Amino acid sequence: MIEHLPALIPVSLILFAFLAGFLRLVNPRLSRYSAILGALTAFVFSIVVTIDVLKNGSISYHFGNWPPPYGIEFVLDTLTCFMVLVITGIGSTLLMFPTKPGFMIDEQQQSPLYTLVLLLLTGLCGMVLSGDLFNVYVFMEISSLTTFALVSLGGPKAAVASFRYLIMASIGACCYLLGLGFIFFTVGSVNMADVLQLLPAVYDSPSIIGGALLMITGLGLKMALFPFHTWLPDAHSYAPPIVAALLAAVQIETSAYIAIRLLLNVFTPALMSDLLPITQIIGWLGAAGIIFGSVMAIAQTNFKRMLAYSTVAQVGFVTLGLGLANPLGMVGGILHILAHALMKSCLFLVAGSISHHSGITNIQDFQGLGRRMPWTMAAFTVAALSMIGIPPTAGFFSKWYLLLGSLDNNNWVFLVVILASTLLNAIYFFRLIEKIYSPGDAQVEAGTQSKDLPKNMLVPIIILAVAILLMGAVSVWLVNNLLMPVVGGL
Amino acid sequence: MVTTSYMPLAAILISLVAIIFIIALSKKPNLREAVTILAAIGKLAIILSMLPAVLDSRYPALNLIDLAPGIQFALKVDEAGMIFALLASALWLVTSFYSIGYMRKLDEKRQTRFYASFALCLSSTIGIAFSANLFTFYIFFEVLTIATYPLVTHEGTEEALKAGRKYLAYLLTGGVVLLAAIVYTYQITGTLDFQAGGILSTDTLPFQIAILFSLFVVGFGFKSAIMPLHSWLPSAMVAPTPVSALLHAVAVVKAGVFGMIRAVGFILGPETINSLGLSGILSIAAGITIIVASLLAFHQDNLKLRLAYSTIGHLSYIILGVSLLSQAGWTGGVMHMFNHGVMKITLFLCAGAIFVAHRYTNISQLNGIGRKMPITMAAFTIASLGLAGIPPIAGFVSKFLIVQGTMDNEQFVYAAVILLSGLLNAGYFFPIVYRAFFKKPASGGGVKEAPYLMLIPIVVTGALSLLLGIFPNAIFNLYDLASSVAQLVMGGL
Amino acid sequence: MTDITIHYSYIIIIILLAIGLYGMLGKRNLIKKCIGLTIFQTAIFLFFIEGGLKDGGTVPVIDPSLGVEAINYINPLPHVMILTAIVVSTATTGVAMALLLKIYRKYNSLEEDVIMERMKE
Repeated sequence: MIEHLPALIPVSLILFAFLAGFLRLVNPRLSRYSAILGALTAFVFSIVVTIDVLKNGSISYHFGNWPPPYGIEFVLDTLTCFMVLVITGIGSTLLMFPTKPGFMIDEQQQSPLYTLVLLLLTGLCGMVLSGDLFNVYVFMEISSLTTFALVSLGGPKAAVASFRYLIMASIGACCYLLGLGFIFFTVGSVNMADVLQLLPAVYDSPSIIGGALLMITGLGLKMALFPFHTWLPDAHSYAPPIVAALLAAVQIETSAYIAIRLLLNVFTPALMSDLLPITQIIGWLGAAGIIFGSVMAIAQTNFKRMLAYSTVAQVGFVTLGLGLANPLGMVGGILHILAHALMKSCLFLVAGSISHHSGITNIQDFQGLGRRMPWTMAAFTVAALSMIGIPPTAGFFSKWYLLLGSLDNNNWVFLVVILASTLLNAIYFFRLIEKIYSPGDAQVEAGTQSKDLPKNMLVPIIILAVAILLMGAVSVWLVNNLLMPVVGGL
Repeated sequence: MVTTSYMPLAAILISLVAIIFIIALSKKPNLREAVTILAAIGKLAIILSMLPAVLDSRYPALNLIDLAPGIQFALKVDEAGMIFALLASALWLVTSFYSIGYMRKLDEKRQTRFYASFALCLSSTIGIAFSANLFTFYIFFEVLTIATYPLVTHEGTEEALKAGRKYLAYLLTGGVVLLAAIVYTYQITGTLDFQAGGILSTDTLPFQIAILFSLFVVGFGFKSAIMPLHSWLPSAMVAPTPVSALLHAVAVVKAGVFGMIRAVGFILGPETINSLGLSGILSIAAGITIIVASLLAFHQDNLKLRLAYSTIGHLSYIILGVSLLSQAGWTGGVMHMFNHGVMKITLFLCAGAIFVAHRYTNISQLNGIGRKMPITMAAFTIASLGLAGIPPIAGFVSKFLIVQGTMDNEQFVYAAVILLSGLLNAGYFFPIVYRAFFKKPASGGGVKEAPYLMLIPIVVTGALSLLLGIFPNAIFNLYDLASSVAQLVMGGL
Repeated sequence: MTDITIHYSYIIIIILLAIGLYGMLGKRNLIKKCIGLTIFQTAIFLFFIEGGLKDGGTVPVIDPSLGVEAINYINPLPHVMILTAIVVSTATTGVAMALLLKIYRKYNSLEEDVIMERMKE
């Protein structure tokens, strides 16, 4: 069975998706349990597959035993394993959060919620595992369609936001497809490894440049790269908390990962810097995104909107790492995918719990929450410190590699941008921390005793907070074993 | 010679573990305070137990996990770290007793948060002292900034919150600049381990050294309160006095100065700095700070503010001593780190006692306080004499060595600066003493000291200042440790 | 000049892309945006099909008279990919319609500026 694991990861998720759909008719609660079970199964599979890849090297799985480039191929190297672990791990943790506060929906309501979530995870895993470019498009659209529906669960405003998001995401996907077409017609294949071999022969042609540009633009739209980020603040702030967490933590990062994959394994950086300074452009856009996102976040009064703009900034980190195109920079960017996933999920879950528990959505109303919800606010503080980049939390470690990578390229501007973002993030997070821990309204405090969240809401939040603290210790193992083998060759 | 030992880790962890108990026992104040005291005793005991080994040049060290390729979480107890750790842990024990008295007498709120934050601060301080490389150092350095924030804003008033914001703005900026320095160091040398005499090789280009030097000085300069990066310190005086005493006379500011010592002596190296004449810049900055801070101290009527500016001045004594790049200067500077801590904390503890007993905060209110609080003011007098550099109190020894350092390098300007500052010190301390003992008090009444829990620590630190002045090597072998540091760092020159 | 007329199909595709993009970004009515999206996607499909054409090639079903030389048949792969893409496009349009229904039910309008106004209330 081990040799079928690469396929089993998305397949098991689809199976559980439909199971969840059927069980919903019986009892909605069963639907949720099957979803958790499905995500956990996929997570376990990912772990097994990672162990296998670490021992035996990359896996190449051929569907229907058709050899590539004729057939569809799933390729698993250590970097892919890393991403699959992140997707399924974060997915499982988020699913543990109860339905009502997480999705802003009653359990009894008629909507195939968990089916959609599992299909989203399927799409993301499939994107990551694919060995050819068109397959990536298919799974990308699978995941996007589910997100359109999931975002709109947040109410009518969310529906409007979701529509905007739909338009922009579809433009992005179409650009990707168009670019894919250019590459395909010039080179003759869509299989990634194949294209890698065939490209150097034709890399002078304008269609390759155009194709590459279009594909990167398409992915840029999907991952909210500055200046294509305009759909993100609305979509993430109106969406239900778990959806926003899934989007910000996993979906955007996966699109970023595909861009990284393209630049690493298809259009190699050596090639690219000859043709067109794509990596440079992406790097600068990333830096711009960091500054823009952080500054806009400072200006927000709604908590979730603040987090959404902060996501724009954090994606900027990943693209900055990509833009540096050297091993340390890439490692920093990819590690930041994990760090950001942990931090943002924790923050969005906290946002959801607070708005569900006390109806608070504006940061002015956060006054005195430290007393009333001590554990939740402790987790929030950990996540906030990580976003700022204080050691020993997760956020610091990815910044370390990014800083080293910037220095390797003698890019002082990037260095300053990264350091400045620490201070900018500190402004809006400490503004909140100050409010949280100062004495609250006497009346409100007298009314609600120290009523922290019920256990089932706290558990995923605490798990994520602990993971943020521990990630630093684990990061070296991740870097050495999972990331460097793939990236080190640059 | 390096020996592996878990003691350094134990010293750091003991107060981290204490935090859990402090929070758990928040409803039982006596047990909770007992946890703090036990942790402090334990910490001091562990650190003292390592003293013989360090004096013998057998350094306890521990390499834990890798934190980044090629960089480990590593601890090592060398002479410099031992001095800092002894200072912090000994004074934590003293201050803990004092805090109990202070907080209870004033019936302060949020005491659990207070004691827990204190424990975290001390963990990070010892972590800073025992770090073997810049990476580990940086982790604890930043944690210290965050851990002290709840203490600075403890009162929860608008003024406290503003002070907190300023505090964070300054110190986080320093942290960010320091990170740039660390990353750059790593890129140039490929290592971050502290080594006496510096880790920069002779191939390092002058402009690289210059940039590194500036980054380190600015990065550490915030916490060391060099002017003009100092203004967070006076604002932070809004915190409760135990916080001002331990953290802003001992832990946080000394961490900054300690960082400066590490940077100059163990990363950049005196040879490299000397070759570019950069030490002169540092000496100038320190010299200016000393004079200006002393002058500003004159203007302050609020007692704690006067003490704050005095601290700023004395921190630059240490930096001046270190920047002189002579053995005597180094010995003096490093010793002053300890001596100043002991003397300054005495003064702060007295200020707190005066506040608790009589609610006076300003010097103009202190007429005749000597008659009402004789023991407190006696300690105050001893400590101020020491800060002014009058033998046989501790301050004299370190000052003398620093002046000797200036003579060694024929930098007579700085000798003049120190002597002038000594006069200024006297100028702003003695009026207080005079007022206390020789002026008539505004209101009558007999002797009313602060509670014993507060009084005894004052006596202890005051006596310690005196003892260390007469026997610099008493208890802690301070002089030996300091001269070893100087020897190791400056040995080459 | 002759080169351009040979590639007239690509010019039409570009025009369609431009129309689609204008529809999505320039029009205020949400349905018109959907239409623009469909036009945009269709243009891309046409691009793929056009690219798969070969001079003198015929439908890719093996004709005994022509044998199995691949050169006689046009490339079926783009067609297959586009079939998938069409399905995706249809699904997207379906979801878009569902969203529009929800929006209409709440805000009673499908004009973007009117909806933005009503959202503020």
